[in-house]
Amino acid sequence: MRIRQDFIMNTDAPFAPWEDETATPLIKFSNVTKQYGTFTAIDDVDLKIYPKEFFALLGPSGCGKTTLMRMLGGFETVTEGSITIDGVDMDGIPPNKRVVNMMFQSYALFPHLTVAENLAFGLKRSDMPKSEIDGRVEEMLRLVQLKKFASRKPHQMSGGQRQRVALARALAKAPKLLLLDEPLGALDKKLRRETQFELMDIQEKTGTTFVIVTHDQEEAMTVASRIAVMDHGKLKQIDTPDRIYEAPNSLYVADFIGDVNIIEGQVTKSEGEAAELSWGEGKPAIRGMAGESLTAATSGAFAVRPEKVAIFSDEPMDRHNRVNGTVEDIAYLGNMSTYYVRLENGSLIKSQVANNRRIARRAITWGDSVWLSWTDTAGIVLAS
Amino acid sequence: MRKPSWFNVVSLTLGFAFLYIPMIILVIYSFNESKLVAVWGGFSTKWYGELMQNEAFLDAAWVTLKVGVISSTIATVLGTMAAFVLVRAGRFRGRTLFSGMIYAPLVMPEVITGLSLLLLFIAVGMDRGVATIVLAHATFSMCYVSVVVSSRMASFDESLEEAALDLGCTPWDAFKSVTLPIIAPAVASGWLLAFTLSLDDLVIASFTAGPSATTLPIKIYSSVRLGVSPEINALSTLIIGLVTIGVLVASITSKRAIQKQKRDELLAVH
Repeated sequence: MRIRQDFIMNTDAPFAPWEDETATPLIKFSNVTKQYGTFTAIDDVDLKIYPKEFFALLGPSGCGKTTLMRMLGGFETVTEGSITIDGVDMDGIPPNKRVVNMMFQSYALFPHLTVAENLAFGLKRSDMPKSEIDGRVEEMLRLVQLKKFASRKPHQMSGGQRQRVALARALAKAPKLLLLDEPLGALDKKLRRETQFELMDIQEKTGTTFVIVTHDQEEAMTVASRIAVMDHGKLKQIDTPDRIYEAPNSLYVADFIGDVNIIEGQVTKSEGEAAELSWGEGKPAIRGMAGESLTAATSGAFAVRPEKVAIFSDEPMDRHNRVNGTVEDIAYLGNMSTYYVRLENGSLIKSQVANNRRIARRAITWGDSVWLSWTDTAGIVLAS
Repeated sequence: MRKPSWFNVVSLTLGFAFLYIPMIILVIYSFNESKLVAVWGGFSTKWYGELMQNEAFLDAAWVTLKVGVISSTIATVLGTMAAFVLVRAGRFRGRTLFSGMIYAPLVMPEVITGLSLLLLFIAVGMDRGVATIVLAHATFSMCYVSVVVSSRMASFDESLEEAALDLGCTPWDAFKSVTLPIIAPAVASGWLLAFTLSLDDLVIASFTAGPSATTLPIKIYSSVRLGVSPEINALSTLIIGLVTIGVLVASITSKRAIQKQKRDELLAVH
């Protein structure tokens, strides 16, 4: 596994222009709304994306993420509000006049042209002198490691190779902004992993701003500097992958990203970063971090990730958050096991444990009465 | 391969005999020495010679060819445009009506199409001749072209055009350098279909042709009414020969294309 270079190289000053108030965004959505008849596809979106960002639009199908991206490409008009790219208002500017290129989900390679001709297609229509085009095409082929394939037609290549041609073609004109519509959707899982790292490499090498649309949260978490989680045309949360995962601002985001346990109840305390939730008669309140704009004495929910829930045979007296239940199911995944524990109030809590030991020595089995426990900062209390 | 049963052999023979015996007889009698159609008088190619001397037939053949090329070209341009609008415009008010109206001439009896065109040409005072046949043929073959082209357009990935726009094309440039080359086979087969229909047509042509211009089918039909001459047999044999060559070329080309596709797919795997 490789780790993103900016985490290693610049630990003192990580890449985070969104935290710098003086930074100028490359893209700015201001109160953008898009309507198809009475259907609102994009609902009052405000969004800033900064140069050199790898920005992911994440959401279920039909949430409006593709529409939002196609607006940047010039393929959809805006009903209300405005979009600026590099300070220029994009209203009424057709796709061929934008400093934006797009990599299409279907790759949209021209089947009647060879790979080299596909790459040269956009360059021939730019103001690049003819003599430089061949050199640029070669440079792009080298970037995606397809030099041998220059004279092949798209249907003579595999899915992964076509994907790289599509990427190279979109990057050939050195756009300020590259849009990627589900770029890895057609690849199998293993190839997708490798290609994710390749995308990140290429993004770093070229310094282009990438906006990627995906429904695959793992992909978004891997590649993106920031993620916008969308639902029904609204931006639910815009944050870095770790913040999205560790500090979701709503139950929707917590539930959409990764696996989560949810316990519903009443918020009894919300002071600064700490909050408490009472969830059953005579049970001690659960302690957790306070979610965004949480107030006491409202109904709420406690969300905690399965890997942060520890499982014990005996009651762990030294921990505050501990609940009792019965093991209903065990899912063995090889590297880890997930225990499905039914609490007395009927809710099912998952606990994920790394299998550091051989399975034969596992102490807990079906039907056992067990204790689940997590630290005071492991979970988050959210308004519901 | 399994040995075919006697039942299959018999039905195959009967089927092909039913289809081809009339044509074979026609071809054989085109080489008949005798002037009488039904009596064999020995082998000869003289009717082919006489045919080449027959100005009326040659004129009609030239008119037919001219009408075919011009009308199918007009029909291809119009039919492609109609197909483009039908597939691309999405839902607009009256779309169903519009598409229905494009396809209606497919099922309209030819006599009615011919008659209505005749009435139109009389009403606008147009002299009947090559121009009126061309217009008539373009009108009825246009819908065939649009059916062929729109079925290709329906499976055309629209993002190809968007990609062209994205890479700096104007809409016309995108159509010219991406859409057209990709749908070219369908446009070409639409043109061929229109051309064949025009060559073939007797009914509509006879309504819209005038004394100044006669097409080959009209010429053949009217001379047959005066009695079948061996010259007609010779002419028909030539036409059968041309069609056979056309079909052979088309099937060999498409077979080659399929083989190439298979090779390319193998290449993609490695």
